[in-house]
Amino acid sequence: MTDAPTKPDAIDVTLNGVTFEAEPGELLIDACERNGVYIPRFCYHPRMTPVGMCRMCLVEVDTGRGAALQPSCMLTCTPGMTVQTESELTKKAQDGVLEFLLINHPLDCPVCDKGGECPLQDQTMSYGPGESRFVEQKRHFEKPIPVNENVYLDRERCILCDRCTRFASEVAGDPLIHFQDRGSNTQVNTFPDEPFASYFSGNTVQICPVGALTAKPYRFKARPWDLEEVISTYPNPMGDRISVQSSRDKVLRIQGVDSDATNWGWLTDRDRFSFEAIHHPERLTVPLVHGDDLGNADAAGDNLVAASWAVALQQAGAVITAALDKGGPDAVGVLGGARLSNEAQYAWAKLAKSVIGTDNVDAQLDDGLPAAMVASYPRRTLNDALAPGSAVVLMSEDPKEQFGTLYLRLRHALQKRDITLVELNPTASGLGRLTTVGLHPRPGETGVVARALVDAVAGALPTADVGGVSAAAISAAATAVHGRPVTVVCGRASLAESASPTIDAAAALRELPGAAFLFALRRGNSHGAIDMGLAPGLLPGRVGLGATPEGWAAAPTVTGLDARGMLEAAVDGDLSVLVLVGSDPLADFPDADLASRALTTCDTVIAVDLFANLSVASADIVFPAAGFAETAGTHTNFEGRVSPLTRKVTAPGVARPDWVIASDLAFELGADLGFDSVESVFDEIVTVAPSHAGLSFADVAADNDGALVRGPTALDFGAPEPTAVVPLDGYSLRLVTDHRLYDNATLVQHCPSMANLADVAQLSLHPLDADRLGAGAGSLVTVISAAGSIELPVRPDPAVPRGSGVIPLNRSGADPRELIDHRAVVTDIRVASS
Amino acid sequence: MSRFNADNLIVAESIIRRYPVAKSALIPLLHLAQEQDGYVADDAMAHIAELVGVTPAEVVGTCTFYEMFKRHPVGTYVVNICTNISCLVLGGEELLHHAEKSLGVRAGGTTDDGLFTLEDVECIAACTEAPCLQVNYRYRYRLTTDDFDELIDGLRTGRITDVPHHGVLARIRQQIADDRLAGVVAPELATEAPVWLAASDAGGAGS
Ligand code: SF4
Ligand code: FES
Ligand code: FES
Repeated sequence: MTDAPTKPDAIDVTLNGVTFEAEPGELLIDACERNGVYIPRFCYHPRMTPVGMCRMCLVEVDTGRGAALQPSCMLTCTPGMTVQTESELTKKAQDGVLEFLLINHPLDCPVCDKGGECPLQDQTMSYGPGESRFVEQKRHFEKPIPVNENVYLDRERCILCDRCTRFASEVAGDPLIHFQDRGSNTQVNTFPDEPFASYFSGNTVQICPVGALTAKPYRFKARPWDLEEVISTYPNPMGDRISVQSSRDKVLRIQGVDSDATNWGWLTDRDRFSFEAIHHPERLTVPLVHGDDLGNADAAGDNLVAASWAVALQQAGAVITAALDKGGPDAVGVLGGARLSNEAQYAWAKLAKSVIGTDNVDAQLDDGLPAAMVASYPRRTLNDALAPGSAVVLMSEDPKEQFGTLYLRLRHALQKRDITLVELNPTASGLGRLTTVGLHPRPGETGVVARALVDAVAGALPTADVGGVSAAAISAAATAVHGRPVTVVCGRASLAESASPTIDAAAALRELPGAAFLFALRRGNSHGAIDMGLAPGLLPGRVGLGATPEGWAAAPTVTGLDARGMLEAAVDGDLSVLVLVGSDPLADFPDADLASRALTTCDTVIAVDLFANLSVASADIVFPAAGFAETAGTHTNFEGRVSPLTRKVTAPGVARPDWVIASDLAFELGADLGFDSVESVFDEIVTVAPSHAGLSFADVAADNDGALVRGPTALDFGAPEPTAVVPLDGYSLRLVTDHRLYDNATLVQHCPSMANLADVAQLSLHPLDADRLGAGAGSLVTVISAAGSIELPVRPDPAVPRGSGVIPLNRSGADPRELIDHRAVVTDIRVASS
Repeated sequence: MSRFNADNLIVAESIIRRYPVAKSALIPLLHLAQEQDGYVADDAMAHIAELVGVTPAEVVGTCTFYEMFKRHPVGTYVVNICTNISCLVLGGEELLHHAEKSLGVRAGGTTDDGLFTLEDVECIAACTEAPCLQVNYRYRYRLTTDDFDELIDGLRTGRITDVPHHGVLARIRQQIADDRLAGVVAPELATEAPVWLAASDAGGAGS
């Protein structure tokens, strides 16, 4: 081929005398920025619809009809466009717009939190008038009003850019703040007594171009010039990119960073404000061992007392050695690890599988999906999953509650791109009317409904209802996904049913043409844990047992116990040492009774954690770990995207990074894991894990979007026999459990700004079911199952299908785990007024 | 005060049915709420939000954009006196001062008996009839101060019966025959001209 001639349809734009080629449909403001010319702006935000509110982006544009001032955020590039961003006319416009915006803006920068990072301040310095000519009264408002628990609004500072209100309605779908009044009286406000109750409200603070919106956790804490900043990853399943900002060794703020692959700059409030827990006084700061009343280490003592690392490690080493001598490697189990970085997970996997020699390792607490399935099913990136012309099947907990930024990305794609979404979950998700078709199978029957959907896509339309879903709905869903590549967002939607219906459904959906998966596992770095081998039957790099990884002394050859198996073995006396690595089975294991019996029966429980949660408090030896922002490493998100976790502050007391604790313990057991830094662990991962071959720590850190870990994998997850359907009798309801954004999780409860946002547990029922039971909103009922009974208030909710009852996990008031029968596929409940 | 009462709820629902998108009924419903209570109560806005499927914040945003929607109780009669150019030149200011004195309230205030709210307004588009005013948006033209006193007296004694209480607008309760409903189809889904267009083409040629 010769040099390509200029394309006939090229969009040539001349910017300050230099010509460049714009992308089709590109906005002038973006095209200029891409070509090195930043046009000042307030209202324009690249992740929201342009509205042309502020006029700051006026530039002199000639499209052949003479030069005129045009807002570059509202103007699509056209061929032959000439743009002057430095001309007298443009400068005069910028100066004028700023003077106009400053008419009502208070000059309180010295006492304003935004001072030093304020676009209005900065752009006034660069483009605005030096002095004010305005001598009249500015407008005044009551200072500041809370728009919700954590966000404050100083209305007189607002320049009416419509960013916060646009975010609320367009991005978050919570239009609870709105412009009110008109003209120079216009203000942003909520409806009286109806707060801006959005899980995403903190984003408005980040994008407000002035100091009108501020967040309580950061108000008056610091000025930008006091802050040091590092770019990192929030360890959630989406792997949201963030900036961690600290001053004097304290994290003071977390902000979203725009990664095109993941979060687009957004964060949930829970993640944004969770930094408060980092410096909580209740953090574990020293190792703890049994001791006497005087605080001296004493194995016979009932208390946990502070000990040195040497003593605690030596005790742990001795306990593990004794267990190995007595019961062999199978007498030891490692439970947890999803909180950890990939490096720490690898170190713990190596410790458990190579040094101790046990395959009893599980980072999921019986609330996820089989690791081999997650590791072997085809995946797709989020951007590919949401590409125009795609379809998504949502088969997980409500992303609004558990996968916040995924929810925002889904909302965006459903509104702005040609994608379809079929819900295959027990209750309607927070996507509401954006969902194309909602199939809400009766709990336990997701597998048969998925099968019917796959058959319908293949042309065999159902003739009768399936699993509580009408034939018409299944046909409509088949039409919605037909001919489109399907991505299944797959997780455990409810812990009141066993994993098998979901596994059946996933196996069926995998047969759809072009099907791929994004596994929505709840805990922070569950995907890293699976990739690093923190699962029974897996070794690092998505490979099964068999060969011994390079550099390992040994590796198990027989698949070990999963979380449930370990707890049962502990109860039976076959497992004598249980190591909890950042896990709290008493609070999180679906079978609470089994967890508590296991922890009491087990000879020794060793815990590695940040806080003394319930399970840690009942442990025998406790190691304090360095947590988020206190230790470096990498994180893996649900696409398999590896991105850096950056260390910013010092861990409290003598807490150590988890990978160091693993190395220390290995040393006590007479082995050397061979690591001297996080990088050295990463380097070993790259050589050992085939999935990670070719990656480098520096490359991962250099790309804002991280690096993708891909199969292919030799693993094969044979789909089990489909689960038999259990009929529901006419008097019972079928239980569904879910997790809500704010609950009694250790992290949330150690953040003063969020601790009281968790509501009490309620039983959500379809309003008709509530009527049938004579249970009005708020009335107290007793819920009875074969396993137990609890008492809690009723909440009628049309999102719940008839015949189901939803109770959130991990909230105060009542624990639905008491109702779950762990031998059954589903849990049926009866409701009686009490 | 309150949400829609049972009768008004029926009217509200019929108003909503006129539009392909329920949200379009917001403004007529705000008028209906104002008719019911004399002003737009917060509870009424919350009710409207439920009826048209938006948040109360969106309703209050729309409501506050318009001067004619009062968010707080006003007098039974809202008297708007124009003091813009035409009226000013022909005695609008004097009329306003007279009104303030005779009613005993400043512009913007409500008389103690709750009968009259006085407002000083800009041009109400009846400049040829200056000075003029509106009482509950019913016009009175070329007023002298005596005319004003007589108007107030007539309203107070009930002699004037053609001015309903504040909030009542003729157009809110209009009946639209089914065959003239503009086809309750979202514009982007419409395949043919609305029925009223066809009807006016057939019946109204040349008019
Ligand atoms: S509060 Fe901030 S973001 Fe919201 S409109 Fe005002 S200036 Fe814009
Ligand atoms: S940035 Fe273009 S008008 Fe505000
Ligand atoms: S000036 Fe009074 S109506 Fe126009």
